[in-house]
Amino acid sequence: MGIWQSIKMALRSIQSNKLRSALTMLGMIIGVSSVIVLVSIAQGSAQNVTSRINQLGTNLLTINTFGTDLALTEDKINELSKLNGVKAISPVVSGRVNVKKDKTASQVSVTGTNAAYSDVRDTKVKQGRFITDLDIEYRQKIAVIGSETASTLFGAENPVGQYIQIEGTSFKVVGVLASKGSSMGQGGDNTIIVPLSTGQRLVKSTTINQVYLQGKSEDQMDVVMNEVKLALAGMYPNKSDSYSVTNQKDLMDTMSSVTNTMTMMLGGIAGISLLVGGIGIMNIMLVSVSERTKEIGIRKAIGAKRRDVLLQFLIEAVVLSGVGGLIGILAGVGLGKMLSSLFSLTVSFTSSVMIGSFLFSLVVGVIFGVFPANKASKLNPIQALRYE
Amino acid sequence: MGQPIIQITNLMKTYKLGGETVHALNNVSIKIEKGEFLAIIGPSGSGKSTLMNMVGCLDRPQSGKYLLDGKDIGKMNDNQLAVIRNQKIGFIFQNFNLLTKLTALENVELPLLYAGVPAKERKARAMESLSKVGLKERAGHLPTQLSGGQQQRVAIARALAGNPSILLADEPTGALDSKTSKEILSLMKELNELGHTIILITHDLAIAKQAGRMVSIQDGQLLENGGELIGNMAIY
Ligand SMILES: Nc1ncnc2c1ncn2[C@@H]1O[C@H](COP(=O)(O)OP(=O)(O)OP(=O)(O)O)[C@@H](O)[C@H]1O
Ligand SMILES: [Mg+2]
Repeated sequence: MGIWQSIKMALRSIQSNKLRSALTMLGMIIGVSSVIVLVSIAQGSAQNVTSRINQLGTNLLTINTFGTDLALTEDKINELSKLNGVKAISPVVSGRVNVKKDKTASQVSVTGTNAAYSDVRDTKVKQGRFITDLDIEYRQKIAVIGSETASTLFGAENPVGQYIQIEGTSFKVVGVLASKGSSMGQGGDNTIIVPLSTGQRLVKSTTINQVYLQGKSEDQMDVVMNEVKLALAGMYPNKSDSYSVTNQKDLMDTMSSVTNTMTMMLGGIAGISLLVGGIGIMNIMLVSVSERTKEIGIRKAIGAKRRDVLLQFLIEAVVLSGVGGLIGILAGVGLGKMLSSLFSLTVSFTSSVMIGSFLFSLVVGVIFGVFPANKASKLNPIQALRYE
Repeated sequence: MGQPIIQITNLMKTYKLGGETVHALNNVSIKIEKGEFLAIIGPSGSGKSTLMNMVGCLDRPQSGKYLLDGKDIGKMNDNQLAVIRNQKIGFIFQNFNLLTKLTALENVELPLLYAGVPAKERKARAMESLSKVGLKERAGHLPTQLSGGQQQRVAIARALAGNPSILLADEPTGALDSKTSKEILSLMKELNELGHTIILITHDLAIAKQAGRMVSIQDGQLLENGGELIGNMAIY
């Protein structure tokens, strides 16, 4: 008997037991759709994170300092900037300050830095200009403000050329930053950038918390990182606990390994429900085999071979799980879309996940179908015919 | 006369129940020629169904020899037996044994399905078979929508579909009233006249007498012609 005939026969038998088949498939539907929903949410958020990190530039190195015992002075920073692979360097002091404009007051994070910051951190102005190195030298009381700060303080007015009060001191706004969107606790658009020297006064500390280094090429970041580490070790022997050097790429690798683990975990949990669905199928198929003992006896008496009976029940199991899988894909995509629009989540559906979970559901059908099908095919026709 | 279609010699079949051995078939030997209409008669528990299972290749002899068309059934594996059942034997059961979820036509198609006959030809042959038993108009009906006699006729059509050389009927009229029984019986006679070899199992002497040849079985032992037993068996 041909495979096509067997499939038709399986479909008939599934059709003739609609409610039971639907309930059996429910396990597969829930399994497959939860795999798809969970994995696509995990992948969506992973994509989100990596694209944000990518925005920051992958040729970025960050030196973070802890405590105050690391005096990163201007000479030391100059020394670092002369390293081979370093293209630009940007020291940063940061803190939070009160800002006032007429009656509007606000708490904003302030960053004191140099002219290179604009390039190193890919921070562009949309109006006015950025800080220059001259501003630092003359301790100019000027500020470049983030787009959100600008709209808080100035509304629709053009802030450039106007004055704001930072910690009671008057600063002239020279530029407004283009919006970057907030990401991972980094800056965001509610921020003020001032010259490094002025910033040190504002936060009442000369300690440089962070230094950003831009490498010359993305591929050599490991080399640059080693250079920087060596240089720092030379400058501050035995103080390696007081600073850390991180690579944007490392950060991304860490992030992607975290999100990969998350994806696998969610996929795995959902996969378990697929297995449970498979056990449900086996359960129903076993019931079906004993319920249809007589039918099997009749079929065998008429000339069905072991293989025919085995195939019939196996295909029934696989069709159940496969149809369940297909419905599960539709349900999963629908549910994912709904969740993404309801909770503004990024979901990313990949065909590999859909195909993968569908194939997995077929495999589950085969694995859990084999046992009942084998049982059916081994029935003795005489005993099966006597069965009532 | 050519070679007998069925040649059974010294066939044994025993069942062990607890400590007791039941000789369901005890040293049975019989020859059946092509085109014969044989009735096997015997009381309940005498081994009729056991013999029929054996003749129908649902079972293999424990000892003794069974040649069907000259082929030794005892030496065949399950798959080969399935093929023989499919091609050489048509079963007609007491309780019809139709698949309730399939229509009359689909039931009749079943043996052809397992024989691998392509769909179109299968349908045509099943239809032909149904019209032989006069149920062409009922092709699309489910067994539950048919009377007992009609169901049995569908079962006969199914047995005929593969054009087997032997029709095996185990009490085909057991579940039917006397009028319908007569109809079924005359149908079987017609089929016999068309050349089918028919083996009919019954415990009704009146029915057995309609057959061309009659053997009786008692306690697993076969007696040709019903022999002197016929007198004793008037009760059946
Ligand atoms: N599977 C089995 N296990 C044990 N004993 C069996 C089995 N099948 C049949 N027997 C025994 O073999 C003997 C013959 O049984 P069989 O079914 O052939 O009788 P029968 O002539 O068909 O009876 P009936 O007219 O009631 O159908 C009986 O004694 C029965 O108990
Ligand atoms: Mg019987």
